[in-house]
Amino acid sequence: MPAKVIEANPKPFPRVKVDPITLDIVENALRNARAEMDAVLFRTAMSPGIREQHDAFPMIANQEGKMVVGQFGSFLYGFMQGYEGEIEDGDIFLSNDPYSVGGAISHLNDWLMMMPIFHEGRLVSWAAMFGHMTDVGGKVPGSLPTDAKMIYEEGLIVPPTKVYRGGELQDEILNIILANCRMPEWNKSDFFAIIAALRLAERRVRENIERFGVDTYISAMWDMLDRNRTAMGAIIQMIVPEKVSTFEDWIDDDGMGNGPYKIACSLHREGEVAIFDFAGSDPQSLSSINFLLNEEMFKMFVGAFTISLFDPQILFNDGFYDLVDVRIPAGCILKPQKPAALSCRTHMLGRIFDLMGGLLGQGAPDALNAAGFSDSPHFMYSGYDKAGEWYQLYQIGFGGIPGRPVGDGPDGHSLWPAFTNVPNEFLEAYFPLRIRVYETIIDSGGAGLHRGGNGISIGYEFLEPGEISVHDDRWLTYPWGVNGGEPGMRSTKRLVRAAGGEENIPSKCDRVSVQPGDILYFNTWGGGGWGDPLQRPAEKVLSDVERGLVTVEGAKRYGVVIASGKVDQPATEKLRAQMAKKRGETKLFDRGFESLDELMRRAKAETGFEPPKPPVFKQFMKAAE
Amino acid sequence: MSGTEDLIRTYEARLAEIEARLARMEGAGPVAVPAPVSRASRSRAATGLRLGVDVGGTFTDLLLLDEARGRVVTAKVPSTPEDSSVGVLNGIEKICREAGITPGDIAEVMHGTTVATNTVLTSSGAVVGLVTTKGYKDTLQIARSYVPGGLGGWVIWNKSLPLAPLELTIEAEERMAADGTVLTALNEAAIRAELKTLSGKGIEALTISLFNGYVNPAHELRIAEIAREVMPHIPVSTGAAIMPEMYEYERTETCVVNSYVRPVVSKYVGSLQSELTRRMGDMNLQILRSDGGLSSAAAAMETPVNLLMSGPAGGVSGAKWIAKNAGFGNLLTFDMGGTSTDVALIEGGEARTRRETRVGDVTVRAPSIDVRTVGAGGGSIAYVPDLTKALRVGPQSAGAVPGPAAYGAGGEAPTVTDANVVLGYLPSDARLGGDMAIRRDLAETAVGTIAGPLGKSVEDAAEGVVAIVNENMCGALRLVSVEQGYDPRDFALIGFGGAGPLHANALAKLINAWPAIIPPGPGVLCAYGDATTRLRNEASQTFVRRVAETSDAEIGRMLSELEAAASGDLESEGVGRAEQEALYQIDIRYHGQGMKLTIDMSPAEFRTDGLAGITRRFDDEHEKLFTFALDAEHELVGLRAVVQGGEKPFIGGELAQGGTPAAAVIHDTKLYVDGAWAPAKIYDRAKLGAGDVIAGPAVVTEMDSTTLILPGHEGIVDKVGNILIWPQGHEALTARKAR
Repeated sequence: MPAKVIEANPKPFPRVKVDPITLDIVENALRNARAEMDAVLFRTAMSPGIREQHDAFPMIANQEGKMVVGQFGSFLYGFMQGYEGEIEDGDIFLSNDPYSVGGAISHLNDWLMMMPIFHEGRLVSWAAMFGHMTDVGGKVPGSLPTDAKMIYEEGLIVPPTKVYRGGELQDEILNIILANCRMPEWNKSDFFAIIAALRLAERRVRENIERFGVDTYISAMWDMLDRNRTAMGAIIQMIVPEKVSTFEDWIDDDGMGNGPYKIACSLHREGEVAIFDFAGSDPQSLSSINFLLNEEMFKMFVGAFTISLFDPQILFNDGFYDLVDVRIPAGCILKPQKPAALSCRTHMLGRIFDLMGGLLGQGAPDALNAAGFSDSPHFMYSGYDKAGEWYQLYQIGFGGIPGRPVGDGPDGHSLWPAFTNVPNEFLEAYFPLRIRVYETIIDSGGAGLHRGGNGISIGYEFLEPGEISVHDDRWLTYPWGVNGGEPGMRSTKRLVRAAGGEENIPSKCDRVSVQPGDILYFNTWGGGGWGDPLQRPAEKVLSDVERGLVTVEGAKRYGVVIASGKVDQPATEKLRAQMAKKRGETKLFDRGFESLDELMRRAKAETGFEPPKPPVFKQFMKAAE
Repeated sequence: MSGTEDLIRTYEARLAEIEARLARMEGAGPVAVPAPVSRASRSRAATGLRLGVDVGGTFTDLLLLDEARGRVVTAKVPSTPEDSSVGVLNGIEKICREAGITPGDIAEVMHGTTVATNTVLTSSGAVVGLVTTKGYKDTLQIARSYVPGGLGGWVIWNKSLPLAPLELTIEAEERMAADGTVLTALNEAAIRAELKTLSGKGIEALTISLFNGYVNPAHELRIAEIAREVMPHIPVSTGAAIMPEMYEYERTETCVVNSYVRPVVSKYVGSLQSELTRRMGDMNLQILRSDGGLSSAAAAMETPVNLLMSGPAGGVSGAKWIAKNAGFGNLLTFDMGGTSTDVALIEGGEARTRRETRVGDVTVRAPSIDVRTVGAGGGSIAYVPDLTKALRVGPQSAGAVPGPAAYGAGGEAPTVTDANVVLGYLPSDARLGGDMAIRRDLAETAVGTIAGPLGKSVEDAAEGVVAIVNENMCGALRLVSVEQGYDPRDFALIGFGGAGPLHANALAKLINAWPAIIPPGPGVLCAYGDATTRLRNEASQTFVRRVAETSDAEIGRMLSELEAAASGDLESEGVGRAEQEALYQIDIRYHGQGMKLTIDMSPAEFRTDGLAGITRRFDDEHEKLFTFALDAEHELVGLRAVVQGGEKPFIGGELAQGGTPAAAVIHDTKLYVDGAWAPAKIYDRAKLGAGDVIAGPAVVTEMDSTTLILPGHEGIVDKVGNILIWPQGHEALTARKAR
């Protein structure tokens, strides 16, 4: 039963003709409103994850919940269909439960707040925003337990709840929630920061209505949705062939010794509709790497990656959703059934973008990018300091952007919009840490005509005894190269003990004890290369060497011989000819291995870890097969 | 999949986004930067002659304030981009001739310059070498890992190369802890050897920016000493001296930009100073800083990173001055040029400042007047993307060459200026800068290219272009007003620059900021601001401490010490203590927050209200800006005392009383507004008198600018020559302002 909206004024909104220029003006006004929401949030939030790294996303939707401006949005329509209750003026909903909002958010750390906006007794818009809380309770600090088997282990679950009613904060509810978190002051501040951003959106929406009239405002939002649909319709015709193409990629392991887990998707077009089918994906996992992928969200990803290439100033929105059909079988790793654990979904969420790129790119190889830094690896460190105060850090890492048609991939950058790193001086000032090294990893970017970006090596020296958690991937499979480009380097984590000795730290683990003086080198992966490395101008390779981004030995992957700081032209020509002959035709995709079996056999020698065991799927999850 | 044009547009749009976002990220208020100290060689009280000089892309404007004789003299000469000082010297000759004085009579030259900005924008700075701490050579390469744009923004974004190339970056073996203790002593022999190698690679400037150097700069300073021995002719900048603040990337970038522009700025300021001294004898050259303060020539050459917004700061100062004399303390400034528009907010006669300065895709942590720049101006090109049929304006610009189609210099793309010509707002017999003809036929042809795809008449398409560009400007005005917690209705709007007076009325209407003020000579406003800037000095100290852990007595003592330091410096510049005015600024936040707000208090207010007064004001301000306050602990971040010299009295001549503007009518015309042509008149501004009321629709022309008054509005000429545009029947609004 859909939610019941309580409106004092039952008058419907007639669709009126909106002058195209007025439409552009409304579009600009909403764009500005969204930017202001971000501004307010980043300035007032307290947790480093939101304040410094910007792990939070705003949106404004029309009265039916269709996103008009935003990203990672598109979930309100589903919420309104699924919420069994009343929606009234003055309500603000809080939820962190992926299962009750259809995957609008995908783990408990993300607090989603949704606010209906009323005008003269009628629902006219929605504002919503979610942000990643540093901690929401559960069995481990940071609330992302690698070994969780059920969502109940991952923190306090809040189904959609009116945390404001009639404009009044329900502080008893908030208090219960905060009492379950390890860093309640941060949660509280971040909570109010999000509320402030929503209130700002409300003001802007009301100003627009005053300015243009409510019917024009509502109709303009429909027109904006239509505009996206028209544009997307043309794009789908252009880049999605009727012939079926397929692509697959993997998450290396689940932190419990099992893996890799496959996600697979096929794409084809029927008439004007593009069909994405995830039927070949593995069933849900017994650990917490499952990713509850909202179909509407996936459509939004597809739109974002294509429409903005054609009209970068457009506000992309939900308008085209009937032109994309997304099929995800229930019980598969992208549509796990409750109570499957979800906290460590970040790897799968990232890998979806590599998958989508590989799939769409087959229709337009010139526009195809290599595999990128498709993850947001987490590092967590917590404990009690000498003064007896609890400290807890949650930090997102960055790696190599892949080689792309437009050029080399930047070194150590974010694939996620708005994200920034935490300044190391900030870390040292506020946490018992010393960052010994913060540099790009030489030779980690895949070789190509356009080089993949290098990963980053962060050397964390611990100053207090504590525990760390690591959430990372691509230690086994490689970030692939395309159009002749080579794969990038894998990730590694090395813990050098003050007491002597070194440990190879697996890519997913919790509660690793550390002592003062221990240093963890967290090395992220490089981006894949784009295009034939033998075609890269030798002078560019030399520049990379001079800049410390490629070694003299690494230059040979490009067939470039450097001696005494100069390109040895004859030797380079000779080497390039040899390599071209030996290699033959370049490959569209270079994964760095021919078969999973082969990769498993190489695992121990190359990574120091035993290969993961093929996952065993429980009977009740068979629905996906 | 998409054309190069689209990619460029995308790229530029992304850049605009990153700039907008960075603008929003920064904390409010100025930051602790050691104020450049200037020392005049003689007391300024002795003589009244002050010269303001503003160098623009086309013209160099000069304005002479002659207090003794109560007059203002202006002059305009062509700029000389190859060496701007030539234009400045030509201008000085001209203005002296017109004022009947000799250059030697001028005691002070206050100069707003874009030389630092242009060096960045045209990538023509020095080859900079960089020294970092071991393990941090990639600080600029990694930056903040931020990729502009939304989801998938990385697909089309190419990062520009660091201003200090990686191949010219070396690492020092040393390490400071976060509390300033030395963890690893500096290996002097190693860095000396590295510097020797580096000096052989053709560097022209050197930056030393070490990790945690903001807490203890000892190693930076020692390396600087060694560098001066190894490469005595290379200017050296050290991170903590330029920006004594946390955040290694921002500090390094700021210091590198300082090095990057330093040789060019030093050469320019140095040669200007020696030329001026040669002609004028003992005079005092001061350069306007980004934050609206003044810098001695020596300080400008040392820390030119503080001059990146010197040009716009002059405009804001001028606007402030003009508006004050017209009786308006709260105003939004709107300076619209050919390719970009600068907006800023002035409250109670003071411009808001912020701690970041952005030029192109370079962002530095140097305090500047909170000027937001929109990449839209008279030359912005309108286009209609095939796929979406939306009307977009900018960010591409026709620039000075070929310029708008109407200029007849070969431009074919429709620009905002062309739209204004089509609509009759920019009459075809108006003259730009005195001698440029306007071709209406060419403007119509150009606008016709977008009218077709839009399915509109040429006039309606032109009106659409103007509406869109106004909306973009409105967004920028919002950033400086609403987003900072101000209601634009409490402000007047002042429009200047070449195109500001054309759009001011429409913008005032959009944001309800009345009146729209068009100052006399909108083109020389920057020079006016340069000449009227008050001398100002400040002393500051970073002081991070929870409020509960300090006391009124401790903070009071620190603030008065800072005041004494700032005041002493100003006194040595010739401003007596009696003329000085002091203000305390306290940076404060909730413990755990990254931003901070700056609370202003007079020394007297602090003595009465103390820390409790500061936290109360902070809570109020926080609530005003962000709709909530917290019961969290308060934390002080920085203390500052600002001391200013006395204000210069207004000495512009009053305008003769008019009566009726009929005598100023040049001829009848027609304007296209709200979808229809309406009859209107064109006026000659030079012939208007005080008290004249011009009914809209009307156009007022003067030498370098054109003012548009819309239907339903009227322009009232005040006694000092401003045109104040109000909605007809505005008396109720006036009452509100007066409140």
